[in-house]
Amino acid sequence: MNSTGQPAWQDEVYDLLRANGFTQFAYVPDAGHKILINRAIADKEVHAVSLTTEEEGIGLLAGAALGGARGVMLIQSSGVGNCANLLSLVSLGRFPLLVLVSMRGDFGEGNPWQYPAGQSVEPILNIMGVTTIRADRSDEVVDIVSAAITQAYKGNCPTAVLLTQRLLGAKSF
Amino acid sequence: MNIDYVLDRRVVVPALIGDPQDFLFVTGLGGTSRDISHLTQDGPNLYALGGAMGASLSMGLGLALARPDRKVMVVTGDGELLMGVGTLATIAVMNPSNLSILCVDNGHYLETGGQITHTGRGTNLEVIARGCGIRQTAIVAEQGDVAAGAALLRDDTTASMVVVRVKPTEPPVFKRNMDATATHLRMRAYLASH
Repeated sequence: MNSTGQPAWQDEVYDLLRANGFTQFAYVPDAGHKILINRAIADKEVHAVSLTTEEEGIGLLAGAALGGARGVMLIQSSGVGNCANLLSLVSLGRFPLLVLVSMRGDFGEGNPWQYPAGQSVEPILNIMGVTTIRADRSDEVVDIVSAAITQAYKGNCPTAVLLTQRLLGAKSF
Repeated sequence: MNIDYVLDRRVVVPALIGDPQDFLFVTGLGGTSRDISHLTQDGPNLYALGGAMGASLSMGLGLALARPDRKVMVVTGDGELLMGVGTLATIAVMNPSNLSILCVDNGHYLETGGQITHTGRGTNLEVIARGCGIRQTAIVAEQGDVAAGAALLRDDTTASMVVVRVKPTEPPVFKRNMDATATHLRMRAYLASH
């Protein structure tokens, strides 16, 4: 845990992304990504781009890649389906893609409305050409994101890391 | 609603842009891809969508943020822009001064049989852009508006948008490269030295 009571891996993931040259952080508001979002907003050397809908992030990161910049998208499981058609740009244009997905409708979920989209995250991403890696434990997140960066930006393999509810904790109501 | 737009896109779009070498272009997938591939002779400073409808504005934003030293212009139609009007708000919030948007508004989905779009039924994209917070906007509806529109597209103080109202007539005929990877790598290689 860090001084704010949040798991230290979130700060480590931010530092890892910065060390790997990421300068565009596209996000939707999300408790699971809170530290990453706040670090990006506070960081004068990067662009923190608040999205009105997730598919904007797919276009944004492709445009960043055209200009030689690296970007990451921070979204929720419920927004993955919004991206489906635009992922054709990623596969057809061989644009790099790194997405961190904060999962709902997953391990221990108590809100039935979260299941249809949550359980569809991997099939949608996989069928549109995005590889998925699930992160369940705080001691593996940094290694998984590091691997995902390599896959996305060296391996030319669009990659999403699913931050599961085993990792983030199911939301209590 | 009577649509009485008078300008010809084959004349007014080149007049608004001027020297195309001054811009990096991202275009929509329909008529605007032909407008700009004809104008640039499918040059390396163009990325034209062939699908992924609704992505041109966000791609232009990502490119403008990545290359603040270059002027980026998104050229897209009213139909494609209507699919992602929220991105106008995102652009207004980021407000990259090197990004301008040229919306070629003919009030029709010309590619799919000429169905009337929302703009042909009263939706005003220039008002929407202003409402989203885009600082500088203009409508070009007749020849006398062109000079001011051209100047706004080259303004480098804020993000801007020009809506040019054109007759629903065909864009130039041009056979462009439809390979999304080839055109991606083409622009990256161009930008490595420009």
